[in-house]
Amino acid sequence: MTPLAGYLLVAALLFAIGLAGALTRRNAILVLIGIELMLNAGNLNLIAFWRYGPHPEVLTGMMFAIFSIAVAAAEAAVGLGLVIQIHRHAHTTDLDAMNRMKG
Amino acid sequence: MSFVFYILSALTVAGALAAVLLKNTVHCALALTVAFAGLALLFLDLHAQFAGFAQILVYIGAVAILVVFAILLTKGSETPKDGVFSKTWLAGLAVAAAVFAVLGWAVLQSTSRLPQDVKAPTVTVQQIGQSLVGRYVLPLEIVAVLLTAAMIGAVIIALHEKEGLQ
Amino acid sequence: MQAAIPFAPQLAVSPIAEILWLIPALPVMAAGVAALLKQSRRKISATLAIGSMSFSLLLSIVAFVHVLTGWAQGFAVREVVNFTWIQVGAASVDLGWVLDPLSAVMLVMVSLVGLLIFIYSTGYMAHDINYTRFFCFLSLFAGAMLGVVIANSSLLLFMCWELVGLTSYLLIGFWYQKPAAAAAAKKAFLTTRIGDVFFLLGIVWLFAQTGTLLFYNHGTGSIESASLSVLLTQPAALGLTAAGAIGLLIFAGAAGKSGQFPLHVWLPDAMEGPTPVSALIHAATMVAAGVYLIARVYPLMQAGALAGGTTMALTVVTWVGAFTAVFAALIAVAQNDIKRILAYSTVSQLGYMMAGLGMGGVAVGMFHLITHAFFKALLFMGAGSVIHGCHDEQDIRRMGGLRSDMPLTFLTYAIGMLALCGFPIFFSGFWSKDGILEAAQHWSVAKAPFYMLVFGALLTAFYMTRQISYVFFGQWRGKKPAHESPAVMTVPLAILAFFAIALGAIGTPVWPWFHDFLEGRATAFDLHGFAEPGLLIVMLTSTVVVLLGLFLGWRLYGDRSPRPEEPDALERAIPPVWAELRDRLYVDEFYGITVIAFYAWWARVADWIDRRVWGGAVTAVASVFALWARLNRFLDTNVVDGSFDKGCDELSVSGGLLARVQTGRVQTYLRILALAVVALAAILIWSSRA
Repeated sequence: MTPLAGYLLVAALLFAIGLAGALTRRNAILVLIGIELMLNAGNLNLIAFWRYGPHPEVLTGMMFAIFSIAVAAAEAAVGLGLVIQIHRHAHTTDLDAMNRMKG
Repeated sequence: MSFVFYILSALTVAGALAAVLLKNTVHCALALTVAFAGLALLFLDLHAQFAGFAQILVYIGAVAILVVFAILLTKGSETPKDGVFSKTWLAGLAVAAAVFAVLGWAVLQSTSRLPQDVKAPTVTVQQIGQSLVGRYVLPLEIVAVLLTAAMIGAVIIALHEKEGLQ
Repeated sequence: MQAAIPFAPQLAVSPIAEILWLIPALPVMAAGVAALLKQSRRKISATLAIGSMSFSLLLSIVAFVHVLTGWAQGFAVREVVNFTWIQVGAASVDLGWVLDPLSAVMLVMVSLVGLLIFIYSTGYMAHDINYTRFFCFLSLFAGAMLGVVIANSSLLLFMCWELVGLTSYLLIGFWYQKPAAAAAAKKAFLTTRIGDVFFLLGIVWLFAQTGTLLFYNHGTGSIESASLSVLLTQPAALGLTAAGAIGLLIFAGAAGKSGQFPLHVWLPDAMEGPTPVSALIHAATMVAAGVYLIARVYPLMQAGALAGGTTMALTVVTWVGAFTAVFAALIAVAQNDIKRILAYSTVSQLGYMMAGLGMGGVAVGMFHLITHAFFKALLFMGAGSVIHGCHDEQDIRRMGGLRSDMPLTFLTYAIGMLALCGFPIFFSGFWSKDGILEAAQHWSVAKAPFYMLVFGALLTAFYMTRQISYVFFGQWRGKKPAHESPAVMTVPLAILAFFAIALGAIGTPVWPWFHDFLEGRATAFDLHGFAEPGLLIVMLTSTVVVLLGLFLGWRLYGDRSPRPEEPDALERAIPPVWAELRDRLYVDEFYGITVIAFYAWWARVADWIDRRVWGGAVTAVASVFALWARLNRFLDTNVVDGSFDKGCDELSVSGGLLARVQTGRVQTYLRILALAVVALAAILIWSSRA
């Protein structure tokens, strides 16, 4: 197992854990937490490939990861704002209760 | 694989697990912070110092705080009566397991064409600054616009209803 | 009779021959008008009938006189008027009439007897409510019979023949409310029909062989020598030539109409009709039509005979006639109905006529026909007078002693009875019957007919004596006293009685006017006529036989008046024979168990076939259709509709199922997304394996 593979596996594990959390927790905020974890796992992937890939001096991986962090922060802000607004409307953050769009 | 890597990985994974599994939402947010910290240390281990510090600053310093605020504003600290996991949690777990399986399979069964021993790069902040305004100026501008829009949007969304849109 | 040189033929058509068609047409037209009259218009109907018949008689006399003058001048008159009715390509349907001695005498006889009976009927049927209808039918019958007489075309003959049969049916069943009368009419029609079928076959065959329907047509007619020679060369079955076979077929038709054995069964039952009908149709005219037919086609019957010999056809005619004569006379001995005795007597005398035709030729048979017409009509009308006077009683055992109550009727009836028996010298029946006996004496084939006919004469005298003694002698055994009939009924009786005597004069051997007239020879009064060798013996034999019959009859019956319940004198003597004779020798019963039973069985079979087989087939087809319809409906409801409905249901169910995918929960969508990505990734990784 190369070091790269190790890092990639850790990233995959983190991604899976974040996805599991996003798919199974009832609280909307926990879903967002899961999403953050997934994004972070993606960042780890990027950095690992940057470190062990060719031409690290181009800084592609690092840049990508930095931009990802920035976008993730913006998305977290907007998403949490939405959750708060939903909470005001429905007085709950239980995702199972929010099924008015069902067919 | 170095010893440091294992410790840091274990820390990160433990924090992530805790963030997903704990009943109290505030505990989850705090565990998330631990996970973020672990990741930052991993970045440092990978010689991506700037990314690591950016991680600490942004994620731990902003995102985690934001999450905690959101939890407090939505009474998320109250534990719901009928469990924190959805009724069909097994399906979700299965899907996540499937995703991990596929990713792990991709990683493990692929032969690497990359050279094995790669010298650790030295990256200066000046290099990062120069590439930001040089090669990656366009993404920089876009991200700036994005952040502006996100900020405005978040404010609008979170405004109280009776005040309407202003 | 002297053999003379045959006359020269005279064929030019005279004015009377041109209008000869009026003779049958006038009564038919009278019938047509009478058919439209209301029941109350009695006088008009009778006037029309009697008036038209008078005109026909007048014209018939004119025609007869014309033929007579022609004969006196030495011509053999045969005037034909033919015309084409329908033309079909090369073949044509021709009609026409003929005026020759045979048709002339027959015309006069039929119209004279007919007129007398018409006048008689005005008295007899005076109390009947259907008076108008009666005269309508009578006129129609008279017209049809006259048509049979003058017909020169076998088709015209057949048409008038059938019309005669129809009117006979209508008149026998005149009182149709009586079941017996209706049944008798049906029986008459059906029995004569059987004969008519053979008749039609004969006519068709004749037409097929000779190519023409006309009897006489200036040498090309179907019974003239050219056609006859053609017919003689054609062989038919059983050693007969076509001529003989056609002759036999035509005789079958004549046998039906003239009541020869075995088709005689309808004549006695026909007495259900009114007595004038019995007198006119079943004594004088219609039954004589069969004899007339044979006389008319005699050249055909005689074709192929060698000199002095005879043909198979004429032999059959003779045997049937002789047998019928004896057969019917035997049955007449044991009957108790006044009209039935006369009916069987008619059958017997018709047998004499047929035998006369077969053995002696046209003149012999026709002479007996003419004399019989007069005295039999007289006897029937006398019986009618008796029935009328006895208040509609017909059983002779309930009559008696009418000699003093109805003197005129008795006198005329006695004259008729003696004429029928053939009492010597004064009565016409003696001369006509003797003519037949003499021909039988000289017949080349066998002597048996002679003895049969002599025995028949004995029986005739016997049963007529029996009848007269029951009816006119002894004591009155009825309920109310009898009375004489009105003049309108007795005057025709007197006229007929005159002819019953006078007609004898024209056929005696010393002056055989009738025979010479018919056969186209000159005649003269010649006492040497008696000198023929067998003639005197025959005359003597018949005289002895008649006297013997009269004596036996008087001996057994005489002035005695046995009560109705007592057995008859002859019955006491020979009971088993009497029973069989009284039951008409079981001919009707035989027909009942054979022909009629078969027919009834066949009708049942046909009905069964109709209901089960054809009906079953129709029902089967119908049920197939019904089944098909039901199958269609089943398919329509279950398969077509059902599948459509089910399809729609499935569609909505599956739609419902699919809609469940939209849970409205975000996490479900996310899971599905992740799953899709996993699948995609797996595919990509799998495909990129080296």
